[in-house]
Amino acid sequence: MVAGSFAESGADLELVGIHKRFPGFTAIEELSLKVPAGSFFALLGPSGCGKTTTLRLVAGLEEPTSGQVLIGGKDVTGMKPFQRPVNTVFQSYALFPHMTVIENVAFGLRRRKVDDPVAKAHEALRLVELDHLAARKPLQLSGGQQQRVALARAVVNRPALLLLDEPLGALDLKLRRQMQLELKTIQTEVGLTFVHVTHDQEEAMTMADTVAVMNKGAIEQMGAPEELYELPTTVFVANFLGQSNLFTGPVVESTGDTIAVDIAGTRIVVPTARAQRHSGIVTVGVRPEKLSLVTEDPGPAAGLNVIGPGRVVDVSFSGVSTQYIVEVPRLGTMVCFAQNMVFGPVVDVGASVWLSWKVDHGFGLDDVAEQAGAVQVGSAQDIAALDPEAVL
Amino acid sequence: MAIAALAGSTVTQEAPRKKSRIALILLLPGIFYLVLFFIVPFVSLVITSLQVPSATNFGQFDTAFNWQTYVDVVGQYGTQILRSFFFALLATVFALLFSYPLAYFIGVKARRWPLLQGLMLVLVIAPFFISFLLRTLAWKQILSDEGFVVSALKALSVLGPQDHITGTPVAVVFGLTYNFIPFMCLPLYTTLERLDVRYLEASNDLYAGPFATFRKVTIPLSLPGIVSGTLLTFIPAAGDYVNASSEFLGGSSSTMMGNVIQSNFLVQLNYPAAAALSIFLRAIILIIVSAYVKRSGTDDLL
Repeated sequence: MVAGSFAESGADLELVGIHKRFPGFTAIEELSLKVPAGSFFALLGPSGCGKTTTLRLVAGLEEPTSGQVLIGGKDVTGMKPFQRPVNTVFQSYALFPHMTVIENVAFGLRRRKVDDPVAKAHEALRLVELDHLAARKPLQLSGGQQQRVALARAVVNRPALLLLDEPLGALDLKLRRQMQLELKTIQTEVGLTFVHVTHDQEEAMTMADTVAVMNKGAIEQMGAPEELYELPTTVFVANFLGQSNLFTGPVVESTGDTIAVDIAGTRIVVPTARAQRHSGIVTVGVRPEKLSLVTEDPGPAAGLNVIGPGRVVDVSFSGVSTQYIVEVPRLGTMVCFAQNMVFGPVVDVGASVWLSWKVDHGFGLDDVAEQAGAVQVGSAQDIAALDPEAVL
Repeated sequence: MAIAALAGSTVTQEAPRKKSRIALILLLPGIFYLVLFFIVPFVSLVITSLQVPSATNFGQFDTAFNWQTYVDVVGQYGTQILRSFFFALLATVFALLFSYPLAYFIGVKARRWPLLQGLMLVLVIAPFFISFLLRTLAWKQILSDEGFVVSALKALSVLGPQDHITGTPVAVVFGLTYNFIPFMCLPLYTTLERLDVRYLEASNDLYAGPFATFRKVTIPLSLPGIVSGTLLTFIPAAGDYVNASSEFLGGSSSTMMGNVIQSNFLVQLNYPAAAALSIFLRAIILIIVSAYVKRSGTDDLL
């Protein structure tokens, strides 16, 4: 970047055929993606999936084994970190402990010989509401305050591309929600391109325009959060982004609009347009909140999949909704979220129930799940802690 | 004195204020040691420095309050005093210039290879296994007029036919630098070994090139090591009498305060002069060191 000037606006980022090998293991298999200028892009994945390595490659802190990094259409693959129009908010914040907060924020401005660095640094600190702590040392601040200083230190440079490496990981839930909103506001206000790495699926979905789900060094699926959630294309995405009830079986009937899959004697119908594969053994699924729970057999109906009878094995109340776990013979365990429209659960443990959902809500995946039924997940963090092999 | 100065540079932590007999008992040997080997000799030294030659017995001294000795020795040995501090300063600067890259390599670059790290540390410490008198004598041999260094330099016309290395200030500063490199290297290594390279990455990310990163981040973060290393080198180097002695690397043109004190004590038997010089040397070092520690402790060197 030219000394003394700011980027006019965010730049787009393009990764072309990136491959990264460390001694002993491959961090990134093959990665190509394009992040449009001014967008909020989230890289979501479990620990060790290569998302932080991707970020470090963009920042220039690692060199790709092969492939190219382009920022604003310019090849920066061979450029050193300090030559790139990129700033990073590090997971560890990495605030210089020997400098005051204001000097930390002014650091990048001073290096680029920007006029009046201290005034601009104060302005950035006001943006994160920490100007009153400008004279403190970073170690005298709380984790949340340090995180905001780290953000100010990066944003003050108006980089064409701002990289965020799980910066909200250390914050408590309430502060995290607040910072998520602030980040989003700052991004919209200053119009920068944000690339945010996280393992928190909720964080990725609330903040980003585009989410890319990464697994084992490759992108599994990329798209708008709603698209990814409503129409996952792989077993990993279906289970990592929220929960899913998955069934695997052969396709027994294929009409123009729908395919029917036989799951141990039960027919499940999925729209052809929402299925990735239309023949052979396929995995189909449905989100738990799309299921409705009834205590009497509703009988076959057009445009409806019905499963049952099953036995309720667990009921857990979580405020806005209640989670029912239903054991269906030969199909496995299913999860159903029901809105709490009445006080208390509708059915109790041991009750015999039927589950139904609209055919339009089902989806067919590209790969095949090894286990039928729902994978039990509490939250994205639990998944991140699990070995990806175990999830699949 | 050096220890007190070092303690002053570190942040004192507030310990829980609970009176404990055990702490006192554990401190007793240390207090006893300090009283016996520091306070008592020091008081005795102060008394000696103020004595006057006995009027009756030649070679004996009587207790007095003759502060004139201080004025006399400072006037008489001003050159040697200034030279001592100048040589010590040069040796400290050279030792720092030599040790910093070495310590940085061992502490930061060699982190990926613990075996190499261990091996290089052993190489830094290994000279301690041989008496430093022997090592200095060995250097005298190497740098002697018959040695290959002098003959090679003469062949290259760097040295004239009548020039020497031993007995010159060059040899003394070289010897001081060589002898104190481990004292500089080890404290530097300890701070650099803990240097978090993520700060360097952050600096790089914030448009600072390698030089700016070194000046603005690496040096300030390794300042504690630089301060203790320079103190551990400067203080003993200023009082050193081995390297500058004519039996080792020095000569008449390179005499330092240590040699003057030694000669007054052991050759001229002028105990008050030697004691006054010792106390003067300590006082000057104390002033220099406290000014230095205060400056590097409060100033952020931004």
